[in-house]
Amino acid sequence: MDTLVAQYSRPMFEKENFSDSDQMELYTAPILSPRFAMPPVAQPSAWLRAATDDHANPNCPIKIAHGTTTLAFRFQGGIIVATDSRATAGNWIASQTVKKVIEINNCLLGTMAGGAADCQYWLAYLGMQCRLHELRHKRRISVAAASKILANLVYSYKGMGLSMGTMCAGVTPSEGPALYYIDSDGTRLAGNLFCVGSGQTFAYGVLDAEYKYDLSEEEALELGRRSILAATHRDAYSGGFINLYHVKEDGWVKHGFSDTNPIFWKTKLEKGEFSNVTSELV
Amino acid sequence: MAAMFSQNPLMNGPNYSFNQTPTAAAAGNKEHAFYPYTDNGGSTLAIAGEDFTIIAGDTRSTSGYNINTRYQPKVFKIGGTTSSQDDANIILSVVGFAADGEALKERLDAIVKMYRYQHGKPMSVKACAQRLSTILYGKRFFPYYVHAILGGLDEEGKGAVYSYDPVGSYEREQCRAGGAAASLIMPFLDNQVNFKNQYMPGSGVGHDLQERERKPLPLVEVEALVKDAFDSAVERHIEVGDGLLMMMATKNGIEEKYIPLKRD
Repeated sequence: MDTLVAQYSRPMFEKENFSDSDQMELYTAPILSPRFAMPPVAQPSAWLRAATDDHANPNCPIKIAHGTTTLAFRFQGGIIVATDSRATAGNWIASQTVKKVIEINNCLLGTMAGGAADCQYWLAYLGMQCRLHELRHKRRISVAAASKILANLVYSYKGMGLSMGTMCAGVTPSEGPALYYIDSDGTRLAGNLFCVGSGQTFAYGVLDAEYKYDLSEEEALELGRRSILAATHRDAYSGGFINLYHVKEDGWVKHGFSDTNPIFWKTKLEKGEFSNVTSELV
Repeated sequence: MAAMFSQNPLMNGPNYSFNQTPTAAAAGNKEHAFYPYTDNGGSTLAIAGEDFTIIAGDTRSTSGYNINTRYQPKVFKIGGTTSSQDDANIILSVVGFAADGEALKERLDAIVKMYRYQHGKPMSVKACAQRLSTILYGKRFFPYYVHAILGGLDEEGKGAVYSYDPVGSYEREQCRAGGAAASLIMPFLDNQVNFKNQYMPGSGVGHDLQERERKPLPLVEVEALVKDAFDSAVERHIEVGDGLLMMMATKNGIEEKYIPLKRD
């Protein structure tokens, strides 16, 4: 009888204390694949969209940081990764100093476009999975495998409202320089050249015109910088600083986090580009 | 009769202080019946110096045009061993929905306390910053309606400020303003803390202008900046006022200071 009662009844004040998952949080490190809190409604994703998506609902109470230009391309000397650094919430510039290149580990880079938190969190999670792969298999993970972990992960959350457009760049002995594009729809593409974000079209314009696989390292870095500059010039949602990385066989090298304004005037005055802008008051 | 239940302050129905609906639904958007959030207004501000961090917040709590109370702190000490939090070394400020902010503070405080008992040392600000990010992201699909700012001294004893969006994207910064008057205060901070758009006098005109060199500000100057920022915000924002609660993290611990603001 007691067992039956125990099986079909619950203690009176069960909910008074922390739940099991809350207890776990206090005593241990966060678990690897977390369980997310859900709003108590029938359609969580529709509710989330109404509350957070400023595109669908400009009066949404919670504004999530957005807006970007990021690019990455493969060339004979490795991979160039370049981004702007502006984050916007509606028309408000939330930050001009965002680090949109995420260092997954010392030879893998990810880029951030779309929801800043989504990219930051899941690329950090990817870094953890990559490290576990190394420990389990005693060799570094391939870029193909790493990008697929991320693609499968975001696909499992499809329709829940994740927003990310990311590129994974890395050089491994088995693959050479490898570049993948992954987005929150579940798309995963291998390619030579990608631009992602609200300023992508402007970056593509410059990049497609000047891109060759045989670019020298110096030329490739300059092309990456110039493409982002073009995007910051024409896309209001992009701006701030140009973040430049070069991925080589023995890991990535950072080539500065430089203010766009002086670069713009240098490009204009020394090279004669941007002739649509006057340097004197008319 | 329908107006009785209309909680939209801009419509003519009575507005209840505990609930707030969007003021207008976007065209073609479905109105949802579940509004778990209220914007309690107020503003916060954090500045990191060479060997200190100041985090400040006003103490007014509003909903709609009502003032609920003139003293509800938005700035908290995190991870001390006593109820007075005297030995804490991390400061958290939360602005937005006060209930979510309170819940977030309690949760982070519990975790940082448990860390101290388990590891026998206080949590570093860097580790706490990362942990706060994962806490916020854990509610990615039912977010905390808060703009959190975390501060303290880093491992080298330098001032550190981390700012967050509601779902946990974060960044270490020199200064950050959050909340209702963020858009009033942040441009002032850009100019006065990071010397944006300031140039060396006599360095020329137009393209010859040299930018003013960035140097860390002393504590007294930063304190004055914080006061000025809030006095200005009170003048131009209805949700900011009543009192200013400041916390200063230095190598001697956290000092707390309360300064009255205009109460109209």
